[in-house]
Amino acid sequence: MIYRRRSSPLHSARAGAGCAYCVALAIASLTMSNPIALLGLILSVLGAGLAAGVGRQLGRAALLGVPVVAAIVLINVLVSRNGLTVIVRLGDLPILGHTDITLEAAVYGAILGLRAVALILCGILYTLAVDPDEVLRLFRRVSFRSALSATLATRMVPILIRDGRRLAEAQRCRPGPPPSRLTLMRAACSGVLDRALDVAAALEVRGYGVARRPPAYRAPYSRHDLEFMSSTVAIVAVAIIARTSGLAAFTAYPSLHAAGWSAAAVAAALLAAAWLPFADRRGLRP
Amino acid sequence: MSGVTLQGVTYTYPGAGAPALIDADLDIRPGELVVVAGGSGSGKSTLLRAISGLVPHFYGGTFAGRVTVAGMDTRRHGPGELAQAVGTVFQDPETQVVTGTVRAELAFGLENRGQAPAAVARGVEEAALALAIDHLLDRSTAELSGGELQRTALGAALAGLPSVMVLDEPTSQLDPVAGDELIGLLRRANEDSDATIVIAEHRLERCLGAADRVLALAAGRIVCDGAPREFLEWARREAPNLQTPGAKLLSSLGIAPVPGVKRARAALRERGLLPERGEDAVPALAGSAAGSPAGPVRRRRSRARHGSGSEPALVFERVWHELQSGPAILRDVSLSLAPGERVALMGRNGAGKSTLLRHAAGLLTPTRGRVRSTGRVALLLQNPTDYLVHETVADEAPASALAAVGLDGEGFAQRNPRDLSGGEKQRLALAVVLGERSSPPATICLDEPTRGMDRDHKQALATLLAEIDAAVIVATHDPEFAAAFAHRVILLADGAPIADGNVAEVLAGGSYFATETARILGGAGGALTPADGAELITRRLVAAEVTL
Repeated sequence: MIYRRRSSPLHSARAGAGCAYCVALAIASLTMSNPIALLGLILSVLGAGLAAGVGRQLGRAALLGVPVVAAIVLINVLVSRNGLTVIVRLGDLPILGHTDITLEAAVYGAILGLRAVALILCGILYTLAVDPDEVLRLFRRVSFRSALSATLATRMVPILIRDGRRLAEAQRCRPGPPPSRLTLMRAACSGVLDRALDVAAALEVRGYGVARRPPAYRAPYSRHDLEFMSSTVAIVAVAIIARTSGLAAFTAYPSLHAAGWSAAAVAAALLAAAWLPFADRRGLRP
Repeated sequence: MSGVTLQGVTYTYPGAGAPALIDADLDIRPGELVVVAGGSGSGKSTLLRAISGLVPHFYGGTFAGRVTVAGMDTRRHGPGELAQAVGTVFQDPETQVVTGTVRAELAFGLENRGQAPAAVARGVEEAALALAIDHLLDRSTAELSGGELQRTALGAALAGLPSVMVLDEPTSQLDPVAGDELIGLLRRANEDSDATIVIAEHRLERCLGAADRVLALAAGRIVCDGAPREFLEWARREAPNLQTPGAKLLSSLGIAPVPGVKRARAALRERGLLPERGEDAVPALAGSAAGSPAGPVRRRRSRARHGSGSEPALVFERVWHELQSGPAILRDVSLSLAPGERVALMGRNGAGKSTLLRHAAGLLTPTRGRVRSTGRVALLLQNPTDYLVHETVADEAPASALAAVGLDGEGFAQRNPRDLSGGEKQRLALAVVLGERSSPPATICLDEPTRGMDRDHKQALATLLAEIDAAVIVATHDPEFAAAFAHRVILLADGAPIADGNVAEVLAGGSYFATETARILGGAGGALTPADGAELITRRLVAAEVTL
């Protein structure tokens, strides 16, 4: 799961705009608890991914999110003592004590799970659609080495995955019983250290050790930059208004209360704000 | 001021018993293209690291003497500062590419120097155009092939036009086509920008023709420093294993060795030993092969019949490997290997060689077709270190296998596998996959086993493989090794065999996938090695009643 340049409005926007767009979606998911609004937000992210050409990967991540939601629901119903509507009485359990499962705890667990899925999807959309090298350029004026370390870590992930696959393949080629996990772990760690040493040498000879603060880079704003920046402002505004005005209100305990039509309106506003920048396909970067 | 000077440089790595460079004195003039030759462990890489400043700043150790690069003393200026003037390319492109896209990679060094955005953009464009990688600029570095990655690494070193470039075996992971292209690009960069280029290589036949000067190292000392012709003359007398095949051919005919295929051919024609292009005499040479095979060629054919009539050791039946939502890597491959047969599998990077070997060993399952074998298939992948996971050599493989690969000496058993030399690691990994004598493999597959090996080690490997009873299939980019080792050559292109035959037929019939001797002689007589070539020419002269 790595960034690849694609011909989409989001890929064509500058990294700052793309980054801000993903952060705005993440902020919205943190501020909303209403299930309708949250579902609208998840749909917004999935739709944005689809329009950016990374829908398949996002869809896969969403499916992987199902066990996350299930796990959070399970934990919440077992540990939460809140809620009035008991749906199952489990009686006295070891460690947990007297346990009643309530509808409110199950719904709130699902809300937390949906929020986690929304956050994961925002992160994946950022990874797939925002150029990490441009992000490095963006942050290097603030803290070059931290930005480079983060980018290198991202770059090293596929390399180390490939190294791991190679090691596993080599072990499959050994006749006889396989080496112990500890032996393999030690060998893998040695390999990673060798890799790190090579990369460090490469960085040295590329002038990383004496890297200077780069001059400011001012590129003209493209239509996609402006559209995604406007979208970012709109998403944050909808999230703040929904939160402060109670349009997408939701309370789980002691009993369930959720805004209906107004939450649907918030979801629709989020969808419009998130999707509109994709309607303009002029001037895409190849 | 853009040259390189070494004065009395002696350097010892931390913890090493002996110096890796001893009293090296050297003066490389600006604009020279210098090739550094020598066996494994001779000090080539250390010399390059001293020029790039990694020695002693990065590796530590004991350093004496002085290295001056583009006017900077490396004792006072570290590799970061030297990077202003020195571009460095290592053997493994994967670890030297540090950013996500080719464009960012080319820009990285320039940005580190604090250059203005416009200068960075211009440097990136010029480097990309010079190396013909402009179409890759927006590609992710994670999805590049080995050749593309190496070009990107070269482009990153070239961007900003450094006055000195050092390259440590940059072609070792490339197929012959990409390797020749890279050397051509280096020569062009040298001519266009007057950059000083220092390149360490094992396959000298690939780069000697482009060199202005050659340094030979042995046990850390510079033992020869001269023009390519002088080096080849020195190698003939002092270090025959550093001779190129073309030089060996000329030497064995009593002609002073010259670098490059074109010059060798001219030297032969000058003496009437090779007909002019298009003259009648060419068929006379070729005819000797077609009608009655030359001696060495006949010997190869007779060895290749070994095992015929018995059940094949390995059979591919119409094997396809098609990626999910991607291209077909293998297309309808059908072939069989006889017991004891030695096969070289050749082709460009990405032709499907490694995939074919993985299918042979059962690491992959064909999407169509099937693979059969009469027994265990041992596979040695490209990186032997991946097989070495234990603390001692004795723990890695059974004693019988260690003996089979010549690692049964007293000194080896308790050594840590990671401390072995490259050639020893290769042999140890081979011992690992050979396993117990009670269950020997029916087929042994090796993926690029000669990568980064010097001629001595390649010869030792060829001899070792010849002593193994199993069928052996080796994926290689090295036609000289294929000629020394194989009975048969299969040439893959785009996932399908495009040539499959006797080693002489395949390797003498082409240009890129041909030995230097075959290229010099234009494939005449199917001669692949210098000895074959000399024998062929001598026989022709005898037939024509000409004396040398």
